[in-house]
Amino acid sequence: MQITLSVNGEKHEMDVEPRLLLVHLIREVLRLTGTHIGCDTTHCGACTVLMNGRAVKSCTVFAVQARGKEIMTVEGLEQDGKLHPLQEGFMAEHGLQCGYCTPGMLMTSYAFLGKHPSPTEDDIRRAISGNLCRCTGYVNIVKAVQHAAAKMTKGGA
Amino acid sequence: MALRTSPEVSGMGHSMKRKEDPRFIRGKGNYVDDMQLPGMLYLDIVRSPFAHALIKKIDTTTALAVPGVLAVITGQDLAKYNLHWMPTLMSDTQMVLPVEKVMYQAQEVAAVLATTRYAAADGMAAVEVEYEPLPVVVDPKKALEPGAPVLRTDKKDKKDNHIWHWEWGDRAATDRAIAEAAVTVKQDIYIPRIHVASIETCGCIAQFDKVEGKLTVWMTTQAPHAIRTVFALVAGHVGLEEHKIRIISPDIGGGFGGKVPVYPGYVIAVAASVLTGKPIKWIEDRMENLQADSFARDYHITAELGATKDGTLTALRIKTIADHGYTDAAANPSKFPAGLFHVCSGSYDLKAAHVEVDGAYTNKPPGGIAYRCSFRVTEAVHTIERMVDIMAHQLGIDAAEFRLKNFVKPEQFPYKSALGWEYDSGNYAGALEKAMTMIGYAELKREQTEKRARGELMGIGISSFTEIVGAGPSKHFDILGLKMFDSCEIRIHPTGKAIARFGTKSQGQGHETTYAQILAEELGIPAKDIQVEEGDTDTAPYGLGTYASRSTPVAGAAAAMAARKIQDKARKIAAHLLEVAPEDLVWEPGKFSVKGAPDKFKTIQDIAFAAYTNHPQGMEAGLEAVSYYDPPNLTYPFGSYICVVDIDKGTGEVKIRRFVAIDDCGNIINPMIVQGQIHGGLTMGMAPALFEEISYDEIGNIQGGSFIDYLVPTAVETPKWETGHTVTPSPHHPLGAKGVGESATVGAPAAIANAVVDALWHLGVRHVDIPITPAKVWKLLREHGVTE
Repeated sequence: MQITLSVNGEKHEMDVEPRLLLVHLIREVLRLTGTHIGCDTTHCGACTVLMNGRAVKSCTVFAVQARGKEIMTVEGLEQDGKLHPLQEGFMAEHGLQCGYCTPGMLMTSYAFLGKHPSPTEDDIRRAISGNLCRCTGYVNIVKAVQHAAAKMTKGGA
Repeated sequence: MALRTSPEVSGMGHSMKRKEDPRFIRGKGNYVDDMQLPGMLYLDIVRSPFAHALIKKIDTTTALAVPGVLAVITGQDLAKYNLHWMPTLMSDTQMVLPVEKVMYQAQEVAAVLATTRYAAADGMAAVEVEYEPLPVVVDPKKALEPGAPVLRTDKKDKKDNHIWHWEWGDRAATDRAIAEAAVTVKQDIYIPRIHVASIETCGCIAQFDKVEGKLTVWMTTQAPHAIRTVFALVAGHVGLEEHKIRIISPDIGGGFGGKVPVYPGYVIAVAASVLTGKPIKWIEDRMENLQADSFARDYHITAELGATKDGTLTALRIKTIADHGYTDAAANPSKFPAGLFHVCSGSYDLKAAHVEVDGAYTNKPPGGIAYRCSFRVTEAVHTIERMVDIMAHQLGIDAAEFRLKNFVKPEQFPYKSALGWEYDSGNYAGALEKAMTMIGYAELKREQTEKRARGELMGIGISSFTEIVGAGPSKHFDILGLKMFDSCEIRIHPTGKAIARFGTKSQGQGHETTYAQILAEELGIPAKDIQVEEGDTDTAPYGLGTYASRSTPVAGAAAAMAARKIQDKARKIAAHLLEVAPEDLVWEPGKFSVKGAPDKFKTIQDIAFAAYTNHPQGMEAGLEAVSYYDPPNLTYPFGSYICVVDIDKGTGEVKIRRFVAIDDCGNIINPMIVQGQIHGGLTMGMAPALFEEISYDEIGNIQGGSFIDYLVPTAVETPKWETGHTVTPSPHHPLGAKGVGESATVGAPAAIANAVVDALWHLGVRHVDIPITPAKVWKLLREHGVTE
């Protein structure tokens, strides 16, 4: 099937198998390998990307469902050599260890903060509950999101 | 420990931000599945739906007709090269692909090779296998009964399912002490089968260069060097020799012990690459990962603990049946089939102890690996901490007071335990008292009394664990004969920057940062100027890898020792440059200065430059060193955890209200990273305590084989951990460090279980096996007459 979609602001036109998963299009066709795969049941969230601003698990979205949509992946967070406050927050607060869940956590948090600029800790915990992390125990991920929220509210980033 | 370096240098004790983070926060990590090689083929694996069955026929016709499918590999194909079986790390044998029968549900049956991932999956689904089901043995106790179907019919003369018997300690003295004890408690404790479930599954790309005869394998392994040797030993007969094998362990998305073994998928990918000359990628999916990769735990324990009337502990006796699945594929030091389970006397000064374990074969996946713990140490800690708690409650003595009375005392170190270990250092009371202060223990006890009077269920649980990590001294520790040393090689460049390579492999622990900090501490070269590399067997020095919290105790020590060799040579060069005798120089991190004339000095950078441009005549140029460190003893990190739970009488849900963790891992390299390890470890301790279990029905169907029913905790279930530490340095480690990655996983489950039983003890509940699910608690409550 012929589809057109935009990924991190770049337009792509391609012919894809109808059953091709969005995550495979992102990773294997476009070679943006920051989006990871951690399960086959939509539980782990390592594959989370934004589709028209909404966080989706790209292992459960067909590439053809992204037709005409705007996709944003972890590679799209840094703009003009400037890290997004979430990226800075994860590094500053030690919000990652092996790094495998990190892109999904970043994208879920990005979508969440877009709608909830001043969240409580409970809000954050609920927001990232579709993303599994096996290394950090979540404490520092929560702090990283708070770090970013504070910075974004103050700096208007 | 006082800081000896500035934040710019960032030696030990600085919470330096991690050097690995810039790539991970940008999605620029390099995990195995991120790589694509030209002409690469994909492997998918056909798996058995039966737990025990004869393979009557494998029909590949339909599969081979699928567009893109190139070949279907079966056990018969591998048998031609004698590669259908492989040895396990415990010198048992495991099928790569079966020829005759399958032994567990999800076992590899055949492998499909195709040009794309999707075609391989189509081919996998199209392979038709005809099975004849055989009687299934699920319960290890039944497996050991006379008349049980014998599973390992491949082993000539094997007439039962008993793998080995192992025992340790003084049986006679223990039996006597238990018989003479004024009070004894006895408890069956099951520590269920669980899975590490690292978020990255296992996989590899095998690339055989037919012209060079060289095999390169990028794989998810925690022990690349040992894997290279294993491959050479297993496949030497088909022409794979060790100098022509390169194992590369790239970024690893969590290991926790699950990436130590060699899985059949790796071997099939290697065989397929050797046969085709093409790169072969094999990446397992989550269900394959949970259903077929090595499990952890699965110990059926019966423990007895004796004490005097006044509550002085005397003796511990443990009998255990270890369910290993169809083959013993544990990852233990060779001498110890039950790992370090015999550290089970824990933090207590017992007079006698005896432990025996019997391994059993069942129709389940092979294993017996760790789940973020040093070889079977969680099993040991859970047992002793549960037993001590039961004894305290039985005697009506406060659980904290009881522990304080029975702890090994600080002045007893180095302490020889009843089971023969020499604990290096400890201050157990110090950690527990700190935890009690931090959580407000006395106030909580008062609150509990009040709540109990109102019929509310609140529990306070303690776990005061002692770990045993850093395997290990070559006298007793080897895996397949390979001694468990580890290594560091340092090269200082002329401009004073450095590269250091290690025999270990980080899976998220932050070695690129912490190793650099150790070298910064020892050499005064800023940590940011030190490039740390691991995981490439062509470049890194040989080492046994990262698991069992051994990186800091062993490779971290190697870093210090190699740095000290460099310092020795640097002293001679500095003496030459300053025209004084070497013994007239004083070292502080980063420079040598002349005794009594501190303004006359040479920095390590000056010295590095001179090592290549102006070295003394008669001395070799360069500034490099390597150390293979053989630890003189293991290290014994410890801690005390206190957990407060509230139990919902209506639903049986256990809610962790507070959890305070005081850890002591000796001297700390990076406090931020240490705290992060504790946070993660606590969560992986809570997980099996409350949620995770893999079980099987009577015909061997797995339950807990996907993330639908294998419940990895999310941020919602995970409490806000409260952490703190004490520092009791290891006397034998060159940095006084002990290792920390697994302490919390080891210590946490018992604190939670003890809290739950504490909440229910007055109802008559004496024990509850983990995972303590709402259903289990609800049933217990109803059995003990509690209604909403």
